[in-house]
Formats: sequence, structure tokens, C-alpha cells
Amino acid sequence: MKRLINQYPNRKGKILLGLIPFILFLGLYVFASHERLAVNENDKLMPALTTIVDAVSKMAFEPSKRTGEYLMLSDTTASLTRLGIAVCISALISLIVGILTGIIPKLRASISPVVTTVSLIPPLAILPILFIIFGLGEVSKIMLIVLGITPFLIRDTQLRVMELPEEMIIKAQTLGANSWQVIIRVILPQILPKLIDALRLSLGSAWLFLIAAEAISSTEGLGYRIFLVRRYLSMDIILPYVVWITILAFAMDYLLRKLSRSVFPWQLVPKGEG
Amino acid sequence: MESIELKHLWKEYGNNIVLEDISISVKSGEFITLVGASGCGKTTFLKLLLGIETASRGQMLLDGKPLKDEPDKHRGIVFQRYSVFPHLNVIENVMLGEEFELSPLLGRTFGKKRREIRQHALAILKRVGLEDSVHKYPSELSGGMQQRLAIAQALIKNPSILLLDEPFGALDPGIRADMHKLILDIWEETKITIFMITHDLKEGFHLGTRLLVFDKYRIDPHQPNRYGATITYDIPVGNTDNRTLTEITSSMLKEE
Ligand SMILES: Nc1ncnc2c1ncn2[C@@H]1O[C@H](COP(=O)(O)OP(=O)(O)OP(=O)(O)O)[C@@H](O)[C@H]1O
Ligand SMILES: [Mg+2]
Repeated sequence: MKRLINQYPNRKGKILLGLIPFILFLGLYVFASHERLAVNENDKLMPALTTIVDAVSKMAFEPSKRTGEYLMLSDTTASLTRLGIAVCISALISLIVGILTGIIPKLRASISPVVTTVSLIPPLAILPILFIIFGLGEVSKIMLIVLGITPFLIRDTQLRVMELPEEMIIKAQTLGANSWQVIIRVILPQILPKLIDALRLSLGSAWLFLIAAEAISSTEGLGYRIFLVRRYLSMDIILPYVVWITILAFAMDYLLRKLSRSVFPWQLVPKGEG
Repeated sequence: MESIELKHLWKEYGNNIVLEDISISVKSGEFITLVGASGCGKTTFLKLLLGIETASRGQMLLDGKPLKDEPDKHRGIVFQRYSVFPHLNVIENVMLGEEFELSPLLGRTFGKKRREIRQHALAILKRVGLEDSVHKYPSELSGGMQQRLAIAQALIKNPSILLLDEPFGALDPGIRADMHKLILDIWEETKITIFMITHDLKEGFHLGTRLLVFDKYRIDPHQPNRYGATITYDIPVGNTDNRTLTEITSSMLKEE
């Protein structure tokens, strides 16, 4: 037997080992829910899997009696649209501001303090202001996400630009590049994959702000639904919605990673990923 | 013919005097090797020549006119590392210099122009022996190949001065010998003025026409930064006796 620290799982083993905690957790849930329901069959806290499946199929596959929409679908579209627009706006702003402040010392001197200050404002604290200025519609929700993640993205991008080896920037200049050419041919292509990585990290906060905004003022959306059915203690809807949100978040992270690897093939695959 | 004239050049960082009173004149086409103890200011000297650092005192003249204080296409550079662009493949790395020139807005060329630049770049890549790796990314190249690429990249601009900061320092001895031959051949063909820093005194003597040794000739033991390094030997390579060689070797091994 090799030492434990030298034993590695193979591909199949790795997947299996990764699944074990989930299966255990699910088993635990089924058991606990069964026990609770045995004591009180009207218990709402831990609905049986069958109850959950029923609720999901109602939400996902039957049109709502009131609006005729498939609620889970319309909730998902509404939330993803808000999230998508906000993330795109944030990415664009931070790409432009981050690169410019990263490479142009005078701009950095003028803009960095503002960005740092804004990044210290708790976004949720200004949500009321957003509602007052932009009304209760889509704009204020999108603005909340943008305000929430852009300062981080700008600062990260700026740092990444400043981390690029000085030698490379100098080399480009000895090849006759002006400032603009250095930006679009040397910095931009090397920064894009790093921006994608930063986006992946900020998706968690983006979801947080999205759900917070939807909980407070909305008529559809995943966050709205969870907080709506909370009044009726509908755990059979809340639980699958949480799982669904998690799956969506995971899928977005996965897609961004794949995108980065396929569009920027020159990147070395970091150890331990792939 | 471009001659370089440095007059009483000083470089200080705060209280730290790095270089003091350097005066030298260099004719076009000389191949100058620079040696000296670690941290004595060789890279700083090269940075002054390149225009990314400004001298605290003194003058730097190129054909009688002050040297530009920012990098330009007349002065090519090869660093020990990070000289090539990781996001461009080999031929794109070499084409880049020409694309900057021909496309101010995009820095990118298309169609016929692009094909012409490609031909030019291919010829240079052949010259440095990289014609079989045209489509590889730098991360797929060995250290020696990356340095060949860095040289090719600089050559496309036909610089009149080529600055090399320990370009072969990280390479194996066998590959180094190949690189010496390459750089000598290129120098003979183009008659470009070369400044090359090296840690390897043998390299300094083997290559080049003139050897500069940087050292502090005054030392204050209580204030090591009180005096800077200057050029203590300036010798045409080839006529050096063994004693000088031993002296230089010991000056290079000295700690800062
Ligand atoms: N930007 C800077 N600010 C302050 N001090 C600096 C700066 N750059 C270099 N120095 C100092 O100047 C001195 C010379 O550095 P330099 O890099 O020129 O040495 P070097 O001869 O190239 O050494 P090596 O052989 O190790 O490359 C060092 O003492 C270093 O601390
Ligand atoms: Mg150095």
C-alpha cells in the first residue's frame, strides 16, 4: 500500500468520490423528511421528494392558471436577462476603465481613488436610492448588480494590467507601437481571459444582488418567487428553486471557463484544472 | 553612421548612487559586451540607453543629438525573459513590428499588405532557424527558441542599436554556443551596434569587439551606496593578457 498522500483516484473514482457527499446528503434528507412526516403529516419544513416533484412539475410544465405562463421558465428568463445585461455592462465598463487606468499613469492617479471609494459603499445600502431615482422597474435592479460588481472588476482588471511584465510593454514600444496600439494589440488580448476569470468570481455576488433586488420589488424572477412562496412556507417550491439557481450558477461558471479556454488557446492550462 | 557619445553620466535612485561619471563613445557597428558584479548597474545602464530611465546628470548623444527619452524603433531590445508576446504565435510575434507601422489605428493588417509582411517575417524566421515553428505559441517553444524569436522580432524593425540584457543567461551551455554563432552572424551581416550584458566573462571575451567592465573603484564601507559603479576597464577584445583577465574575474565575483 502506498501512503495515503500518494494515492490518487482515477477518473471514474474521482467522479464517484465527488458524488458521495451529495448522495449522503440526499439520503439524510429523505430519511429526516420521512421521520418528520410520520410524526406530523402536515409538516411543511421538509416535504417528501414526491411532493417536491409534484410542485416542480406544476411550476415548470403546467401553464399558470392566472397568467398562462410557465412560471419557472418565465422566472428563469426574467432573472437571467437581468443578470446577463448587468454582467455585460459591468464587464464592458471594467474592461475599458481597468485597462486605461492600468496602463495610463495619469488616468490611474485621477480615477483610482474614486473607484476605491465607490467599492467601499455597501451596494444594498444604496438600493433605496436606486429605487427612488430609477423607479421600481428593471433599471434599478440592473443598476444594483452593476454597482455591486463593477468596482471589484475594475480594480482586478487594473491590477492585472499592472502585473503584465514591464518588459513586454517596453518591447512593444521598441517595435514602434504607440499607446493605443500597445493597448489593443498587447494588453487587451492578454487581459480578456483574466477578465473572464474575474467575472466567474463575481458571479456569486451578482446573484446575491439580483435576488435581493427581486425580493424587494418585482413581479417575476427566481428571487421574487422564493420570497413570494415563503409566506405559505412552501418549502416544496423553495428547495427546488434554490437547487435550480445553483445549477444555473454552476452552468454559467462552466461556460465562461470553456469560453476562455477555447477563445484564448495560447493560455497554459493551470495545474489541477483542465 | 550613428555614433553614441555618453558624457559624464550619473544615475542615482534617491541616495543610492548606482552609476557615476560614465563617459564613453561608441562607433557605429561596434559589438560591446558589458560585465560586472551583480547589482552594480549594468541593467540600469542599458535602461538609460533604451530611454526608459533618465540620467540624473550628464548627456547622451546619438550623432550629436540628445537620445530620445522613450523607447523607439531605432533601439531594439532582448531581455532575459518576457521579450515575446505569449498571445501571438511565432510568425505573428515577428509581424507585429511591421503591422504597428502600417496600421496606426488597428495595429493589424489584412490582404496583400499582410501577405507581404508575412513573407518578410518568414525570411527573418528562417534566418534565426525558426522556420519549422511558425505556428507555435511561445509557451510551446524552448528557452533558446524563445530568445531566437525575440531576436527575430527585434530585427524586423532594422534597429541601428540592439540591446541585449543577459539574453542567454537562462540557456544550457550547448544552446548558448548556437546562440553565440547566431548573434555573431547577424551582427556581421547587419553591422548593427550591439550592447550585450553577460554574467559570463568568457562570453564577454568570445563575442564582441570591445569589453566594458563595470565596478566601483571607491568603496565606503560604512555607506555602500555612497559611490556608484563606473567603467573600470574598456578593452578591445582580443589583446588581453591573462593577468587582466584574472583581475576582472575577481572584480566580478565581488559582492555588491
Ligand atoms: N527602479 C529602481 N529604484 C531604485 N533602485 C533601483 C531601481 N532599479 C535598480 N535599482 C538599484 O540599482 C542597482 C543596480 O541595479 P541593476 O539592475 O542595474 O544591476 P545589474 O548590474 O543589472 O545586476 P544583475 O547582474 O543582477 O542583473 C541595484 O542596487 C538596484 O537596487
Ligand atoms: Mg541586470
